[in-house]
Amino acid sequence: MANTLVHNFFDPKFVTLEIIPNYFKMSGASALIKSSLAKKYWMALTGLFLCFFLIVHLAGNLTLLAGDSARAGFNAYTKFMTSFVPIKVASYITYLGILFHAVDGLLLTLKNRKARPVKYAYEKPQVNSIWSSRNMGVLGTAIFVFIVLHMGNFWFRYKFTTLPTDVDGNFDMYGVVVESFKMEWYVGLYVLCMAALAFHLYHGFWSAFQTLGVNHPKYTPAIKKLGFGFSILIPLGFAIIPIAVYVMNL
Amino acid sequence: MKLTLKVWRQNGPKEKGKIATYQVDDISEDMSFLEMMDVLNNELIEKGEDPVAFDHDCREGICGACSMFINGEAHGPGRGITTCQLHMRSFNDGDTIYIEPWRAAAFPIIKDLVVNRSAFDRIIQSGGFISVNTSGNTLDANAIPIPKSDADAAFDAATCIGCGACVATCKNSSAMLFTSAKISQLSLLPQGKPEAKERVVNMVKQMDLEGFGNCTNTGACAVECPKGISLENVARMNREFLLASTTKS
Repeated sequence: MANTLVHNFFDPKFVTLEIIPNYFKMSGASALIKSSLAKKYWMALTGLFLCFFLIVHLAGNLTLLAGDSARAGFNAYTKFMTSFVPIKVASYITYLGILFHAVDGLLLTLKNRKARPVKYAYEKPQVNSIWSSRNMGVLGTAIFVFIVLHMGNFWFRYKFTTLPTDVDGNFDMYGVVVESFKMEWYVGLYVLCMAALAFHLYHGFWSAFQTLGVNHPKYTPAIKKLGFGFSILIPLGFAIIPIAVYVMNL
Repeated sequence: MKLTLKVWRQNGPKEKGKIATYQVDDISEDMSFLEMMDVLNNELIEKGEDPVAFDHDCREGICGACSMFINGEAHGPGRGITTCQLHMRSFNDGDTIYIEPWRAAAFPIIKDLVVNRSAFDRIIQSGGFISVNTSGNTLDANAIPIPKSDADAAFDAATCIGCGACVATCKNSSAMLFTSAKISQLSLLPQGKPEAKERVVNMVKQMDLEGFGNCTNTGACAVECPKGISLENVARMNREFLLASTTKS
């Protein structure tokens, strides 16, 4: 071993011009797990996967806009989504994706806090960055709380409680959804959380591409526009449903 | 101009610091910010007080020595300038100005507004070079044809003066704009290609070892950078690191 000498880089005695030994050369595997960039790649990949999940989820939800005529169809769709094996596998991957995204985000935030132990007395971040880009953790936490409530309200009740059945013998999930969306506070909370999702996506969508190394004058403007559209349309699509159901049942 | 200055004073690396308030009266709007600091220091010396320690060298925006986080912004208000290029006409008579050192765990304070930026040197030492055989027939660099667009992009990255405004500005004290500029200026050119994979892996590793935070793509660094280093460099580092760490033996 030529280089077994270990330096403490924070030691004031460390001479800057000394030749850096090779001991810290990273293997491919540790570079993809332990490095700062690796944590970001996983953040981006899980984030983009969850963006795809949002599209699928919204497509199913939009059938609710058809009103009472959608009852049997929606209930059959719910049964399919919770019993068809490939979908079940996909849903567990999604749960893992959400947890991974949240834990990875938390780890990154903690490391970033450590990187600045003393804060500035006077800060003016609004002149050089947008609000949502600086508050992804706060927005993500709001979304996570929403997901827990949302799972408790719909998924838990479907899986672990006895629900009335419809004409086809399927659990009446449509009825559960409509009952929930008759409550003003629930509709309000839902819409508010979709606003948080919109801001999260506004920064997150473009950011994922940047992290994975896609930034080019030719494509980046298009990616940013696509991200802007995605961050408006998807949360808007979700938010319209509780409002429409509430209005239809006034 | 009459100004109230709120300046971070700290005697040494381990000492506790605090914000001290000073009044300066005879400030011309034609002075640079550093000249205003010189006036303050002259007054402090005349009063027998310890002058404010701050970094400065060329005073023409090319050395990267001057730092200072002024009124919430690295190098103060204005774009594409260092603190020595900031003039007092950017402020109003009667203003209160906060002057703080770069804040980052990887940039420990030496005294007052002076921080130790040698973490940047160690990042460069870990891979920011090309190995050239100097024993005899050294090749003319211009013998290798380089597309104009590559040469321009490499030069843009090479304009980084290593001042640390990116780290100071970033809410995460991330050094990714700096590191990616130093990686890009070499990897864009044919001379930098042979060591490109090792370079990106080693420089990112050293950046992590120094205790800088992680980039969250807020883009604040590129806005405050006196040399306008682009986020495209960070993306280049990201994809080179991904490729290098998956394919490097």
